[in-house]
Amino acid sequence: MTALLEVENLSVAYGAIEAVRDVSFSVEEGQIVSLIGSNGAGKTTTLRTVSGLLRPKAGDIRFDGKSIANADAHEILERGVAHCPEGRRLFGRMTVEENLHLGAYVRKDAGVAKDMARVYELFPVLGQRRQQKAGLFSGGEQQMLAIGRAMMAKPRLLMLDEPSMGLSPIMTQRIFDTIKELQSQGTTILLVEQNALAALAQSDRGYVVDLGRTTLEGPGHDLLADPRVRAAYLGED
Amino acid sequence: MATLLQQLINGLVLGGLIALIALGYTMVYGIIQLINFAHGEVFMVGGFASLATYSYFIPESWRSDWWVALPLMALGGALVAVILAVIMERFAYRPLRNAPRLAPLITALGVSVVLKEAVRLFYPGATAPVPFPRVFVDEQYTFEIFDGTITIGSTAILMIAVSVIGAVVLQTYITKSRMGRAMRATAQDPDTARLMGVNPNRTIVLTFVIGAALAGIAGVLYGIQITNVDTEVGFLYGIFAFTAAVLGGVGSIKGAVIGGFAIGLIKSLAGQYFPGGTQYDLVWIFVLLIVVLVFRPQGLFGEPERVRA
Ligand SMILES: Nc1ncnc2c1ncn2[C@@H]1O[C@H](COP(=O)(O)OP(=O)(O)O)[C@@H](O)[C@H]1O
Ligand SMILES: [Mg+2]
Repeated sequence: MTALLEVENLSVAYGAIEAVRDVSFSVEEGQIVSLIGSNGAGKTTTLRTVSGLLRPKAGDIRFDGKSIANADAHEILERGVAHCPEGRRLFGRMTVEENLHLGAYVRKDAGVAKDMARVYELFPVLGQRRQQKAGLFSGGEQQMLAIGRAMMAKPRLLMLDEPSMGLSPIMTQRIFDTIKELQSQGTTILLVEQNALAALAQSDRGYVVDLGRTTLEGPGHDLLADPRVRAAYLGED
Repeated sequence: MATLLQQLINGLVLGGLIALIALGYTMVYGIIQLINFAHGEVFMVGGFASLATYSYFIPESWRSDWWVALPLMALGGALVAVILAVIMERFAYRPLRNAPRLAPLITALGVSVVLKEAVRLFYPGATAPVPFPRVFVDEQYTFEIFDGTITIGSTAILMIAVSVIGAVVLQTYITKSRMGRAMRATAQDPDTARLMGVNPNRTIVLTFVIGAALAGIAGVLYGIQITNVDTEVGFLYGIFAFTAAVLGGVGSIKGAVIGGFAIGLIKSLAGQYFPGGTQYDLVWIFVLLIVVLVFRPQGLFGEPERVRA
């Protein structure tokens, strides 16, 4: 069985700076997979390359068996990969509703209104303030909107880059609950987190990225128990 | 009092024309931060293309019916302007999209020189102003008011109407339609717009197309109002429109329209009432610009700074 997403010996450079040197991982359909690693390890660069914002220098990216390494961002989205970027990147001068409409930009089916209602049901605060500008919301609310916006594309694979960044523990828990919920509804999740403990506890599989390379991998709980992971990312020694 | 009213009307007519051109400046700047200095020449080419449509494509028997001839001329002017803008975007600006900002700016200046000289060289008689046919009904309405009379021509009414309607339709399209949303998204954050599935090239071309179509229509309106077309006006009206866009806040549709009318009004009022008269009316436009920019560097309706949420 081939995985839904396969990244093989990926390398990505910004000019002369090689931010990703040798990253390989795969995501099986229906799983939650997380990439953890310290700041600057190359996690964001990896996701931006998978979604087509950056071009790989070497290596391959396959989605559903076909290479997407040289496809444009909009083609990759149309194939079913949505990316909820680091720092949320909402359209701050547009309303909640407009942001959600943009999430559904490539869809032509009639289910958009129903899915929007579902986002409002999941995050009632967004429904109550749907005509307000996204820039006016708190960090946690913005993160909900960013996830809701990515959901609106109805992706098969949803990639989330540091969804818990800057959030309170309660809000972080809500975001992780939502991720679980999405998985139970059939969405495959690729999660990037610095919050390694929370991420690995929820994940079917995890990969450690270090200096642009995937160095360790395994089921989430095994990695959590691994002394090297505990030392480096959970602050124990 | 009658003189004042008359000057206000003249100002609105000029302002509407400037506003139509300014919309193209402001939209292109909003989406790729390029000051497309060739846009004034696109307006000029639109005027010549509408004249060519009349001279070479509209049969004699149709020419006397303005409601046939004028829309066809507007279509011809807008079509040529649009084709020009698409070529310009594809071959002059797109290759420089990631270059330092100075490169596309200088390219735009180069493109404007090329366009102007090409029309001068290849349009018969274009080394001097070319007479424009009086296709539109040239009704003059005269009103007795207070201490005198004011005159408003049907061309003037048409110009004000077209510019206001054009701006309202455009604003509605940008705020309400799916493509309008994609354009605003690309303007605010191009990478994230791509993550939504927006094709940036298509969105940028559409922006150029809309701006050029409006400039082409402005070209016809200029022709019927002034009754000639001239290769020199592209630069002058380009500067007016650019100033209007900056005054209103570059990137803002509302700003371009208000800026256009403000410049039209200042020019005609200064020509009448300010020291120096029409010889110095351009000075007052820039005085207004400087005063506004001192207090609001982002222009009347501009966003203070690009903030990426
Ligand atoms: N736009 C950029 N230009 C140059 N270098 C960059 C850019 N973005 C990230 N980098 C560098 O690439 C490396 C990986 O960054 P990133 O992928 O953001 O890591 P992570 O998401 O794991 O924190 C870092 O050394 C960072 O400084
Ligand atoms: Mg990162």
